[in-house]
Amino acid sequence: MSQDHPAARSLDRSDDAAPPHAHTDGAQHAAPHGLLRWLMTTNHKDIGSMYLIFSLFMFFVGGAMILAVRAELFQPGLQLMQPEFFNQLIGVHALVMIFAALMPAATGFANWQIPLMIGAPDMALPRINNWGFWLLPPAAVLLMLPFALAVFGIGDGALATGWTFYAPLSVQGGIGVDFAIFAVHILGVSSILGSINIIVTIFNLRAPGMTMMKLPLFCWGWLVTAFLLIATIPVLAGAVTMLLTDRHFGTSFFNAAGGGDPILFQHLFWFFGHPEVYILLLPVWGLMPHVLATFSRKPVYGYKAQVYSFIAIGVLAVVVWAHHFFTAGLPVPALLYFMYSTMAISLPLAVLFYCWIATMWRGAMSFETPMLFAQGFIVLFGIAGLTGLVLADVAADAQYHHSYFVVAHFHYALFAGGIMGVMTGAYYWLPKWTGHMFDERLGKAHFWLTVISFNLTFMPQFFLGLAGMPRRIPDYALQFAEFNAISTVGAFILGLSQLIFAWNVVKSIRGARNGLPRADERVWEGAQGLEWELSSPPPHHSWEVQPVVK
Amino acid sequence: MTTAQPPLRSPPDHRRLIVKLLALVAAAFAFGFALVPLYNVFCEATGLNGKTATKIGVGGLNAPTAAGAAAAPASRIDRNRIVTVEFTGTVMPGLPWEMRPLTGRLDLHPGELHQAIFLVHNSSSTAIVGQAVPSVSPGQAAQHFEKLDCFCFKQQTLAPGETREMPLTFIVKPEIDADIRTITLSYAFFNVAESAAATGSAR
Repeated sequence: MSQDHPAARSLDRSDDAAPPHAHTDGAQHAAPHGLLRWLMTTNHKDIGSMYLIFSLFMFFVGGAMILAVRAELFQPGLQLMQPEFFNQLIGVHALVMIFAALMPAATGFANWQIPLMIGAPDMALPRINNWGFWLLPPAAVLLMLPFALAVFGIGDGALATGWTFYAPLSVQGGIGVDFAIFAVHILGVSSILGSINIIVTIFNLRAPGMTMMKLPLFCWGWLVTAFLLIATIPVLAGAVTMLLTDRHFGTSFFNAAGGGDPILFQHLFWFFGHPEVYILLLPVWGLMPHVLATFSRKPVYGYKAQVYSFIAIGVLAVVVWAHHFFTAGLPVPALLYFMYSTMAISLPLAVLFYCWIATMWRGAMSFETPMLFAQGFIVLFGIAGLTGLVLADVAADAQYHHSYFVVAHFHYALFAGGIMGVMTGAYYWLPKWTGHMFDERLGKAHFWLTVISFNLTFMPQFFLGLAGMPRRIPDYALQFAEFNAISTVGAFILGLSQLIFAWNVVKSIRGARNGLPRADERVWEGAQGLEWELSSPPPHHSWEVQPVVK
Repeated sequence: MTTAQPPLRSPPDHRRLIVKLLALVAAAFAFGFALVPLYNVFCEATGLNGKTATKIGVGGLNAPTAAGAAAAPASRIDRNRIVTVEFTGTVMPGLPWEMRPLTGRLDLHPGELHQAIFLVHNSSSTAIVGQAVPSVSPGQAAQHFEKLDCFCFKQQTLAPGETREMPLTFIVKPEIDADIRTITLSYAFFNVAESAAATGSAR
């Protein structure tokens, strides 16, 4: 098949590689069954599936929260909730979506795909892998428990500071802040364990012949992500630890009484917060060229350029943080530096866009669901990039800061860039994981409903922001009413459309019982790479005999 | 490419790489805390974030009588400009005091020596030690707002029910940016004993 479809690099599997269905796990050793299997598993495929299911579940939890918010914003005035509860919903929505939906989805992809792609039998540190996942559910419970406690009259609800925890508000906040701090600590430990595991796997377990410059781009994207996580999550952990000691142990890092400074918190937070954006997006940028090349039936264009762009973005990510608080009163030289360095990120990003488009250029393109999502991603994420350049302009930012323009911008980046990127990967790899195709008609319906309702939700928010509507308010002036109503209608269609995806995943898992055809090992006609040489689904233990990459 | 690989691979030794990566995690955590002193040094050196330059404040504290000498450049009074200084004070939670400025605002020429008085009252039945923390806004004005003497230079103890006038002597230096027409000086009074007690009980 690699002769029919010229690959970026030619791959060859050892002839004596394990045949697809040579053994099942039960036949090989007595694996625990039922719940214990999932609690104790060290298999990268099981753990990858758990990450993905957890992520999908939390995606709906975070989505339900923001639909409540959008319902409140449907009309001016307070109809459904008090401002305090509104504040709790927006902050927890963001933390859930970032830490419990997008990041676990990317980690789930990494768990499933990296060993398959590099010819490794499993992740390098399987037990740490298990622990990394099982830290997530308790952290999510901690984050949301204050909602339940408030119902029983304990405390005053969840974190109400927005996801950024800005001091001094967070120093004075209720128990919700403490719960969120501990949740962030646990989520951080989980991310760091995952990152270490991924770096060790990629460095130590590549098949013979797979040099770093033959590493699949998805793995490269994740490698840069993992280093960013290791460099920035500890800084966030430090910042929230300082917050905790300010709240309870009499320190004054951010407490002005003891000579502390609230702006310091913003520096510490965004030193983590900006790289976090790339942590969420780099795995998606990594998987994008695989999908584009597959459905254009062409090799990836500009492999090296993309690798160097990933690295350049990774480096730039940690030196541009202050553009998130241009209006906090920074000195002019600092403003200029952060403006120019932020704008410089658009250069490697433009290289990526160029490579994505060049990969499709004059290809024999077909538009299955993953390709549709990839196309939607490129266009909509492009809007995120362009509006990001506007926000990076110090002079313009004074107007846009803390307005709905920012909300629209980062949802184009993190929904169209992040979630739609994850959907691209999910549809692309789903038949490989379940062994059955998904329902293509449902997939296409999901795409079109998503892309239309997404724009219906967030495009009006650009104009609301330009017109001066501030973010994080439960009530607003009358002139914003129409666009908010449109945005709310869009949000409900967007949220409900995602149920189609969940149903499609269930259908693909049920496979033949839902009348869906089996997927062969290559799944997609143009797919290239080691992972497509294994059966679909791959055997429980794959690559026990190393493949060799020429 | 048929190669005679052993059927099961012995895992490579991951320990050295893991130790290096853990060291990186520890270094990043330490870096987060190192930013705290680095940030303060940077802000004090540049007078950012409304941190009025401490070296000036110390000079005023040590030698109130030598105010003229300390403020030598300020003896030049710019009679062509008028700057409005607004005063405001807040008492933070945990301190049962009341505070208000006797003078809400002052119109003055840069370079003139002025005094403002804050009325502070302890409404509780115990003696309490408080500390006022000043902040100047806009931040660019901070380095030109010179406090020669201030009740915020030291902790203040108020007896039960006591009311005291607390003075502040200051100069707005003529070097202040021509665009700045209004400066706001705000004080936040904190309960010193309570934060110390919180520290004590935590230990």
